Amino acid sequence: MLAKRIIPCLDVKDGTTVKGVNFVNFREAGDPVELGRKYSRDGADELVYLDITASHDGRKTFIDLVRRVAANISIPFTVGGGINQVEDVEKLLNAGADKISINSAAIKNPGLIDEIAARFGSQVCVVAIDAKLENGEWTCFLNGGRIPTGRHLLEWAHEAQERGAGEILFTSMNHDGVKTGFACESLLRLHETLSIPVIASGGAGELSHFYDVFSAGKADAALAASIFHFNEIGIKELKSYLREKNINVRI
Amino acid sequence: MGVAIIKYNAGNNYSVLSALNRLGTEAEITDDPLKLRAADKVIFPGVGEARAAMDYLRSRHLDEVILSLKCPVLGICIGQQLLCRHSMEGDTDCLGVFDADVLRFRSDNPEFKVPHMGWNTVKITSGSGVIPLKCDGDYVYYVHSYYVPVNPYTTAVTEYVTPFSASLKKDNFYATQFHPEKSGDVGESIIKNFLEI
Repeated sequence: MLAKRIIPCLDVKDGTTVKGVNFVNFREAGDPVELGRKYSRDGADELVYLDITASHDGRKTFIDLVRRVAANISIPFTVGGGINQVEDVEKLLNAGADKISINSAAIKNPGLIDEIAARFGSQVCVVAIDAKLENGEWTCFLNGGRIPTGRHLLEWAHEAQERGAGEILFTSMNHDGVKTGFACESLLRLHETLSIPVIASGGAGELSHFYDVFSAGKADAALAASIFHFNEIGIKELKSYLREKNINVRI
Repeated sequence: MGVAIIKYNAGNNYSVLSALNRLGTEAEITDDPLKLRAADKVIFPGVGEARAAMDYLRSRHLDEVILSLKCPVLGICIGQQLLCRHSMEGDTDCLGVFDADVLRFRSDNPEFKVPHMGWNTVKITSGSGVIPLKCDGDYVYYVHSYYVPVNPYTTAVTEYVTPFSASLKKDNFYATQFHPEKSGDVGESIIKNFLEI
């Protein structure tokens, strides 16, 4: 049976440091490769590396990092941040990334999804959607949640799928950082609307939230950052808990 | 001359090379027929689309080279599919080592998303394949929308929508639908096993 996936997300700046990591007793907390290796050892099913660098030099360093991750880590990883054209995708895939994630660039230029899928296959193309619930409507946002687009979550997710996205990574801005659980109702709607896998993001705070996102939200994968980085929940511990609750996870 | 990885337009060659290097094995990524024919082991990796991949292989006569290989060959993912007779993807005639057709997952059940993406278990059905027996029941990493049905060459099965061929073997040709190079420690055992054949 296909296992539900647990995915730690690492925000990388200038290719060498991970933002917002504070492990007690973990010497190389800032090194994205070492951290990825640690998560892989702990049982993470995939990794996501997001480049939050703005500078041109920083982007080149990120490609070097992708190469180092591919050389050192034996589980799949997705990279995102700053991808605007097919050439960016090609560079990252050539460096060894398994999938790429596009967000604002896809909403601004939906044809980018078609181009990536045609050239490299749907399986590499993760479309990330940041959406916020306002007055009973889920609206998609650009640029890390600063600019509303007027696009509806379900409608945009469906369009992305039809254009060739292989997965949808949905972050609820209402739930992100609040640690009160994932947006399970909307995740269930996405699950029912789409024929491609959905990764849930935003809201993880305790073990039971992961049970809820897989059972009630029917998510295929759950992504989290700070609770793993600050060691509030260990991946081993999380997977044992889920297994006990009859959620199929890889242990 | 050691291990060769076939260089073509549908290869995730760097990931496969890295997996070999982590096991302390050097390998060369090449499309040179002489080097491929002289290799002790050949890996035929793959991430991509069947028709484009076959067109590329034929245009460089790599199809003939692959069929002429006498050493152990390991096809991975689309590599496994291209070793079959025909693929529904792009209605493509493939290499025909395995007398089987590649089909697309069809499901009306929303529980079964396509692509089949993530970690699923393998059940070994014949000990002659590339997966060591100690890995029976273990999780391996899949990303694919097309599959090879169970057939006389099947050596391991995974269930998704329907039971399908996780691994195939015929003569010196071995194949896996999953990605051993992305399957953590289990994947490393499988690659190591292939290197020791």
